[in-house]
Amino acid sequence: MNAQSDTVSLIKGNEAIAKGALAAGCQCYFAYPITPQSDIPEYLSGELPRQGGEFIQAESEIGAINMLLGVAACGKRAMTSSSSPGISLKQEGISYLAGSELPGVIVNITRGSPGLGSIDPSQGDYYQATRGGGHGDYRMLVLAPSTCQEAYDLTIRAFDLAFAYRNPVMILGDAILGQMKEPVLERRETVDTSQEASEWALSGAKDRPRRLIKSLYLADGALAEHNERLQAKYQEMHKEQDWEEFATQDSQVLVVAFGSVGRIAKSAIRMLRGQGYRIGLFRPVTLYPFPSERLRELAKNNSLITIENNAGQMVDDVRLAVRNVSDSAFHGVMPGKLPSAEDFLTPILHVWEQNSQIAQAAER
Amino acid sequence: MSSQPQAEERVAFALPLTMSGASTHFCPGCHHGIIHRLMGECLEQNGLGESAICVGSVGCSVFIYNYIDVDAVEAPHGRAPAVATGVKRALPDRFVFGYQGDGDLAAIGFSEIMHCANRGEDVTIIFVNNTVFGMTGGQMAPTTLLGQNTTTSPKGRDMDKDGAPLNMSELIASLDGTAYSSRVAVNTIKNIKQAKKALKKAYRAQNQKQGFSFIEFLSACPTNWKMTPLQANEHVGTTLMQRFPLGVFRDTVE
Ligand SMILES: Cc1ncc(C[n+]2csc(CCOP(=O)(O)OP(=O)(O)O)c2C)c(N)n1
Ligand code: SF4
Repeated sequence: MNAQSDTVSLIKGNEAIAKGALAAGCQCYFAYPITPQSDIPEYLSGELPRQGGEFIQAESEIGAINMLLGVAACGKRAMTSSSSPGISLKQEGISYLAGSELPGVIVNITRGSPGLGSIDPSQGDYYQATRGGGHGDYRMLVLAPSTCQEAYDLTIRAFDLAFAYRNPVMILGDAILGQMKEPVLERRETVDTSQEASEWALSGAKDRPRRLIKSLYLADGALAEHNERLQAKYQEMHKEQDWEEFATQDSQVLVVAFGSVGRIAKSAIRMLRGQGYRIGLFRPVTLYPFPSERLRELAKNNSLITIENNAGQMVDDVRLAVRNVSDSAFHGVMPGKLPSAEDFLTPILHVWEQNSQIAQAAER
Repeated sequence: MSSQPQAEERVAFALPLTMSGASTHFCPGCHHGIIHRLMGECLEQNGLGESAICVGSVGCSVFIYNYIDVDAVEAPHGRAPAVATGVKRALPDRFVFGYQGDGDLAAIGFSEIMHCANRGEDVTIIFVNNTVFGMTGGQMAPTTLLGQNTTTSPKGRDMDKDGAPLNMSELIASLDGTAYSSRVAVNTIKNIKQAKKALKKAYRAQNQKQGFSFIEFLSACPTNWKMTPLQANEHVGTTLMQRFPLGVFRDTVE
């Protein structure tokens, strides 16, 4: 890697993702417009061709994900982005990517749902992202940035992970992240990715046996064997677990929140710490694989509350992580309502009080 | 593999190097096998075996990669033109072709084919029109003839309820991104020769980056037509061609 001049610019989360993709060596990008992520195709429609890449405004999200599949089969770096309804349309293609073991980056800047919903923030697509979304027993790596800088950095990491595991990787953000502006440090490194897929990618069968990329396994036992191999790969992905901890050194109550809500929760925790409450934050950065081990450890000394901008999805993973050790309270802000730090204070303090009562009872 | 010819012998019929030689899984009298063979021959004769990338589809031809021995990727049902677009944009100097049935291309994949053609992608799509969904048991396709009985049009296709058959070659020919669009058949020697010419033309359009090329093959499905192979072969000429005339509908290839 050659480090070139680094620059700082004040940009939206959407643009940070687009720039991250360019920095990662993304060669092709396909998308269909939808709020609140249209800044990504708008930016890349000019910038990607300028850098020698290919941009297509696809006829639909289905078209876009399948164009990505074609590029991925040739071992090149490609990305597509959309928002909730469009991501629903991509699910069949994502399942084929997973089944064919093809790398690609899919960005979901979520919006209010179900249906056409609204263009407000929402974390309602957590299940869809972390459970596979499309048909079949597959998994995607899911990365959830909470700042514009992280959006930039994680986009670069998403490409590296996609090729390391030959698997689709999702960036899960929301309307808050996509639309807010923050300074972003662009690390302009040129990465040589020309050989990263030379062992398996299609290029024409010249001086080698032909290659085949498929997800159909009809022979007796072949699909089961394929699925076993995929599951082993998903197990291996667990070493990619990543999270942020804030003020956990002496905390007694731990807030678990991801993405934008994680960041808003941090503000709430700062306010409460100012009043002497020992509250900490655990923010999963990888939603799949979920950072269970560390959370389980923290749960030994903390009461938990999970806060989400949905009716309670990640809280299932939190409870699974701490089962037999602890449990988690839940506070949900319905998609369509902007979460605020003030709204989090009462639910967090409620858990704090319960925690203190339990502690007192134990002392008596 | 065939044995070496003796001194005075001349090879009249050899397996193209672009084909694996595996015997096909198609029903007796199915035209898919003939079309595969023609494609393999033309790939070899145009020296495209080492640069070709095949985009397969979902239908009776799903195993095309078992017979045509070139690099291949499997597309979801109907999406081959979008996958081919991605392949071609990633590797603009390779020869990229897709192979789709009429359910795949004209029903679920209608949007992808129209936009791929309209963008003028330098890819070649082979469209096999047998007027039914072969693989799933002979249901009605967008190309099913008026009055034709299928497993989902038991009283025959009804203009009022089901609409009229889609003439894809004519539709594709109306798009400015299309360099070549023609309809051919493989029911007679004469038509097979004509089909080979069409394939070569389409390959030329792509290799010279002149735009999208499309060839529709009228194809027999004796199984779902409930005919003998011979009857089905005849039916292509006597009945299918009335609705789907053979011909070149657009040709801007220099
Ligand atoms: C999303 C999706 N819907 C439906 C199917 C089931 N399916 C498989 S092949 C096919 C139709 C094939 O017909 P056609 O394209 O005409 O090809 P043929 O078998 O006649 O060659 C259908 C509906 C599928 N595989 N995927
Ligand atoms: S069902 Fe029809 S299209 Fe399919 S293999 Fe048999 S004859 Fe061919």
